[in-house]
Amino acid sequence: MQLEALDRELMCSGHVGCPGCGATIAMRFMLKALGEKTVLVLPACCWSVIAGPYPQSSLKIPVIHTAFETGGATASGVRAALDMKGDRETTVVTWAGDGGTFDIGFQALSGAVERNEDFIYMCYDNEAYMNTGIQRSSSTPYGAWTTTTTGADWKKLRKKNIVEALVAHRIPYAATANIAFPEDLVRKVKKAKEVKGSRFLHIYASCPTGWRIPSEMSIKIARMAVQTNIFPLYEVENGVNYTINVKPREYLVREYFKLQGRFRHLSEADLDQIQAMVNEDWELLLRKAGEHA
Amino acid sequence: MKKVLEGSHAVAEAVRLAKVQVISAYPITPQTHIVEILSDYVTTGKMDAKFLRVESEHSCLAALIGAQSTGVRSFTATSSQGLALMHELLHWASGARLPIVMAEVNRALAPGWNIWSDQTDSLAQRDTGWMQLYCEDAQEVLDTTILAYRLAERVNLPAMVVLDAFFLSHTYEPVDIPSPEDVDRFLPPYVPAFILDTAHPCSLSPLVTPNAYLEMRYDIATAMEDALEAFVAVDGEFADIFGRRYGAVEEIAGSDADTIFVTSGTVTSTARMAVEELRARGEKVGALKIKLFRPFPVEAVRRALAKAKKVIVVDRNFSFGASGIFAQEVRAALCNLPGHPPVFGYIAGLGGRDITTKMLLDIYFEVKRSDMPVQDSIWVGLQEVNRAT
Repeated sequence: MQLEALDRELMCSGHVGCPGCGATIAMRFMLKALGEKTVLVLPACCWSVIAGPYPQSSLKIPVIHTAFETGGATASGVRAALDMKGDRETTVVTWAGDGGTFDIGFQALSGAVERNEDFIYMCYDNEAYMNTGIQRSSSTPYGAWTTTTTGADWKKLRKKNIVEALVAHRIPYAATANIAFPEDLVRKVKKAKEVKGSRFLHIYASCPTGWRIPSEMSIKIARMAVQTNIFPLYEVENGVNYTINVKPREYLVREYFKLQGRFRHLSEADLDQIQAMVNEDWELLLRKAGEHA
Repeated sequence: MKKVLEGSHAVAEAVRLAKVQVISAYPITPQTHIVEILSDYVTTGKMDAKFLRVESEHSCLAALIGAQSTGVRSFTATSSQGLALMHELLHWASGARLPIVMAEVNRALAPGWNIWSDQTDSLAQRDTGWMQLYCEDAQEVLDTTILAYRLAERVNLPAMVVLDAFFLSHTYEPVDIPSPEDVDRFLPPYVPAFILDTAHPCSLSPLVTPNAYLEMRYDIATAMEDALEAFVAVDGEFADIFGRRYGAVEEIAGSDADTIFVTSGTVTSTARMAVEELRARGEKVGALKIKLFRPFPVEAVRRALAKAKKVIVVDRNFSFGASGIFAQEVRAALCNLPGHPPVFGYIAGLGGRDITTKMLLDIYFEVKRSDMPVQDSIWVGLQEVNRAT
């Protein structure tokens, strides 16, 4: 691994994440890439707890915890104040879960990006409200069980395509990243750091507790999400220029689904339907990237 | 320097003189004139500040929480629905001990849509840990906004400067604008108690277990108590430099009064006229203006009302299922005082209906004829209306 920043450790052991938590892995690599001149804005999410209770903190950077729906807005204020103090060096990062990004924080995020606030918004996506006990969000994928989509009422609606929503704002930089691809993740964080204006990173972060998978499967599942084209790795510059970073086709989606308890109820017909949906999304992405076969 | 200013403009002048560095606002009538002027000041370089034109009041206060936590003075203005939308973050700002100052233009809450004066919007936020200062005229608006920064930064609590919609926000009056040098003497540069600083990283407003939460809340309660004394001190310092002193309450012709009106905001000016007229007719009447509502100046209110035989509270606000909100507070302040006077509660002027001198005279004579209140609240001027059924 050629990651010159890997010796820098800005996250401490002793945090209170679950075993195999993808959100902690994502945070660790993100901070390695950004360094200590970073202010973290932390709206309500798993990390509100993982960071540790007063008077402790598992993060060696300044952190402002803030209300659930305020990630984009609080960061705007921090940036404005740093600018007034003449500090152009410090990077302002909002670190939010999928609930705080796709749902309750979407308005503040959209507002901040429309204003092209100079900050990085990172969403670590574990595909449900995990901190409150696995309730469905608009990021929960088609087919998933959650504690609010149980039994026959498993989620039968598509996951919101958050990157496309941000791209519609003509955001200077948007990208997906994944904890199983740390070099790609670190590169994108560093790239985002150099871009001016609003930047958005959508980071796939597996959740053994909520997905009903063994903790040692966290990285494998994350890797398969890319290898099945369920979570493609790509970047979009200025809302126009698409680059697909990885183009594998190593697994069928059913292999990814069958490893996870949250999808246990799905029939072969359901899985065929989901495969068709994934194929369709992938074709759309290829077309946007000008790589349509 | 004296100028004829709109009440809204008086707020903006104070914000400029306070050298606020981050302003954020979302438009809502009747607050808009304040932020339009400030936006122009920032654009034209009359103020060295950032103006964040956010997409909601909720984001507005969130942005100020971020800015103030980074160590700069901040400001916003709102009204009614906007303040209601901010509710969650009002608690956040005080809990995080941030001395943010906002101007709140009292406007009625919907439905029905009503943009006119009514205090229920700000009074409904009385438990959020914000200091609340009610103003009577444009000069007081300007002075109170400057004073609010000094007070807020002294006790590390946010402050709301409250002014009546239109009666104050859109009315022109001569206002003495202080010199920047004098304001600098009164209001030194902001020295934050704690900030987001990469050289000294710390975690602000994190998870707090039952082991520490109670103590943190007690600290806020103590700071709010301290604010009573701090207000008196800051009000005195203000008077030393600018020659104007307001007091947490003001007693109007009250030293020998048998009956005392309790008012706030612009209704106080009407009460002054009513008292003058009644005094001329030989009635022993006075008025008590309440400027500082949070923290509530219990001792000052007791001192002012203890000797009266009757107290009349005129509320341009209402708490459904209870009574007028100032009346509640006055009753609570008096209840442990042996032999305290009865409190007559009147509800008037909701949604911008005029409260006239004649209305106050009628109230006075009605109270004069009564030994004790027959009900907690008497609604003044109710008309027959066709109700949709």
